[in-house]
Amino acid sequence: AASAQFQLAVPLAVAFTPRSVPGDLPRPLPFRDAQEMDIAVNQRTTVRSRYELLYRSTTAREDAALDAATARDADAALHLLQDPSLGSLTVYVVPETSSLLPQGISVYVGQHRSALVRAGGGFAALRARLAQLTQVMSFTATSIAAALSDRVPDGQLGPDARRHLKSSLGYEITFSLLNPDPKSHAVDWDIEDAVNRYVQPILDKLSLVANFSVDSQILYYAVLGVTPRFDKASSSFLLSAHSLPHVINPVEARLGSSAASLYPVLNFLLYVPERSHSPLYIQDKDGAPVSTNAFHSPRWGGIMVYNVEAPASPHTSLPLHVDVDMARVMEVFLAQLRLLFGLSREELPPEFLVESPGNEGLADWELDRLLWAHTVENIATVSTTLTSLAQLLDKIGNIVIKDDVASEVYQAVASAQSAMAELATGHLHSAFQASKEAVTSSERAFFDPSLLHLLYFPDDQKFAIYIPLFLPMAVPILLSLAKMVREARQHKKEPTKMD
Amino acid sequence: FQDQAEQFFRSGHTNNWAVLVCTSRFWFNYRHVANTLSVYRSVKRLGIPDSHIVLMLADDMACNPRNPKPATVFSHKNMELNVYGDDVEVDYRSYEVTVENFLRVLTGRIPPSTSRSKRLLSDDRSNILIYMTGHGGNGFLKFQDSEEITNVELADAFEQMWQKRRYNELLFIIDTCQGASMYERFYSPNIMALASSQVGEDSLSHQPDLGIGVHLMDRYTFYVLEFLEEIHPASQTNMNDLFQVCPKSLCVSTPGHRTDLFQRDPRSVLITDFFGSVRKVEITTETISLDRDVAGFESKLPKDELATEPLKYAEQLPVAQIIHQKPKQKDWHPPGGFILGLWALIIMVFFKTYGIKHMKHIF
Repeated sequence: AASAQFQLAVPLAVAFTPRSVPGDLPRPLPFRDAQEMDIAVNQRTTVRSRYELLYRSTTAREDAALDAATARDADAALHLLQDPSLGSLTVYVVPETSSLLPQGISVYVGQHRSALVRAGGGFAALRARLAQLTQVMSFTATSIAAALSDRVPDGQLGPDARRHLKSSLGYEITFSLLNPDPKSHAVDWDIEDAVNRYVQPILDKLSLVANFSVDSQILYYAVLGVTPRFDKASSSFLLSAHSLPHVINPVEARLGSSAASLYPVLNFLLYVPERSHSPLYIQDKDGAPVSTNAFHSPRWGGIMVYNVEAPASPHTSLPLHVDVDMARVMEVFLAQLRLLFGLSREELPPEFLVESPGNEGLADWELDRLLWAHTVENIATVSTTLTSLAQLLDKIGNIVIKDDVASEVYQAVASAQSAMAELATGHLHSAFQASKEAVTSSERAFFDPSLLHLLYFPDDQKFAIYIPLFLPMAVPILLSLAKMVREARQHKKEPTKMD
Repeated sequence: FQDQAEQFFRSGHTNNWAVLVCTSRFWFNYRHVANTLSVYRSVKRLGIPDSHIVLMLADDMACNPRNPKPATVFSHKNMELNVYGDDVEVDYRSYEVTVENFLRVLTGRIPPSTSRSKRLLSDDRSNILIYMTGHGGNGFLKFQDSEEITNVELADAFEQMWQKRRYNELLFIIDTCQGASMYERFYSPNIMALASSQVGEDSLSHQPDLGIGVHLMDRYTFYVLEFLEEIHPASQTNMNDLFQVCPKSLCVSTPGHRTDLFQRDPRSVLITDFFGSVRKVEITTETISLDRDVAGFESKLPKDELATEPLKYAEQLPVAQIIHQKPKQKDWHPPGGFILGLWALIIMVFFKTYGIKHMKHIF
């Protein structure tokens, strides 16, 4: 694998409100500092992260914004005053007694790219808190190592570390409604409206990362592969956790993903159980029913079970008309979408409060996290691809590289270099765009149909073809050569007779 | 602790692919098509969908004019099991099964116009099963009676796949004469290989069916199929059992296997890791909260414009340009190296033998 030295620079501004400046600052405000950390991925790949800190005081307008009643309002007001570039972070240090942060919470992470930190404990404690905060809001050693997972020696990352979606130029999202029992349930889902209202905002935000296309379908008489058990205690049907892996396969054949695009497909299935198997709950490992009634599979998608209430009287005419509550469904599907991309909120320290992203689906800093990981992954992929292409050319000496393949290679190298340079200076947006271009070019060069090694004769086949052709012809030639040599020698021994 | 132990032995794959290749044509090679179709059937039964299977059949036996039972391909004599069924999706058929296409599928160097069903869209978390059958020899496998693929080319193709991380783990099964020679040259990691016979041995066919008039299956694949019929998606049977299938007493040839490139212990590799498609699932415990009252979102992205012009065929070939194009002048290069030396030798010998003075008679 090729060697690569990544330098990731994160511009971080720390603004102190007037009453929260710690007493033991090393220098008077404003001053710059840098924190560096090395992440060694393998022997030849290292990632050096550099946080470029600017310590300053808050401006008057920021102070006014911080006078808001709740942290959320403060965050919204501060958003307008911030540096909008991707990858940068701003931290506001509020006084220890400030009422913006609730009790017991010392860090509040907003929806955009700022956070509020409660002062107290001096400069060293503040730096430790900042280190924790930057891990949450930009990248951690694990997230970078997971992005570079093909370079990590096997065994260091668990088999589950690579379950997030790989960086790709586009993704296709398919929403499917599975109705195995149309005789009992006439299910109506207003998917178009739901996509416009709930899904489009998050996709618009993610449009920076990749192209998304959405489609939907309804499948009738599609059953799950597993028969659920009836549980007398709760008089409901249960799907146990270990039977879930077998649920997906019988359905997958009917999902039509083979007709979809060449991009990775994410399937979100909404299953309305049959009348005879209602209500159906999913059990987790401990036997308790799952509140969301949904599960997901890494790099594939998610399934949610939507239970329809039994009709009030047994004489209601079938089929029952069911209007799916799309908001509830989308809350689960979008959460699954976030999990598939690797944006989870689980590993936070206890005194952190993270604002929910609301209808936008993901916070700006979460988008940044994704971009950091994807940029690093893209550059690593480009480097591996081009190195392996070079090795292929070394191996097959007479391969012909067409002009367009050559120009794609040059472009890939130039874009990758520019991406590395932009990463080192902290311009995440341009780094990501450059890395995307680099990946597109390198993939086009590597997968060009003309590079098939079959088209170029290996040397042993050349011998096998030419020897039977030339050997018989060569026999008289070689014999004549031998005769020539003998004559020349004789000629030398006896001088020619001179009359 | 139990969980950790489980994790250690589990494979890290998230999807499964299968590439099933039958390389022989002609009616008397019925058994090779039946071999491939029976593996196809098992693989589908255990859960791999058609969109993840690339099936290459070099000839059409079911609709062959010599087939007394059209639209069927049997694998047991007395026509017990029809492996053709009604749900077969052949991706590369008849003359499309060539060494070039096979290598293109593996390496991914496919022309952009190829349809999705003809592509192997695997990623670094895919476990791929590759099954090949046909006539082979020491170090090669014959395709369509006109070309071969050598074990070196196959090993290079796998290395290209590994370089681009197109597989997580690969299981290679080959049922031909001297099959073990085909996996001798592999050098990429995470490959496990099985073959029906060692170098110097022939793989034999199983039973002929007197009604159809040809041998229906090869021995090795017949017993593998019997073994696979016992497997269901939740089976815990591992690879060591697959290595024991078809001992010499039943198969006459000695099946071989190669596991030195594979990182996990074959004992901990489940059959369903390659033949089935058991997905990893996680319970979804998080939700996000959505504001239901939000009005319809005006997307900031430009929507696709609806076509308002009448549709017409796109110009696929710039015919006008081609007709009037002058032939491109190819640069002339003087002959180099070998050819030059050869001609120099011939000319020198010619003139030495016949003498310069005879030149005027020639020119």
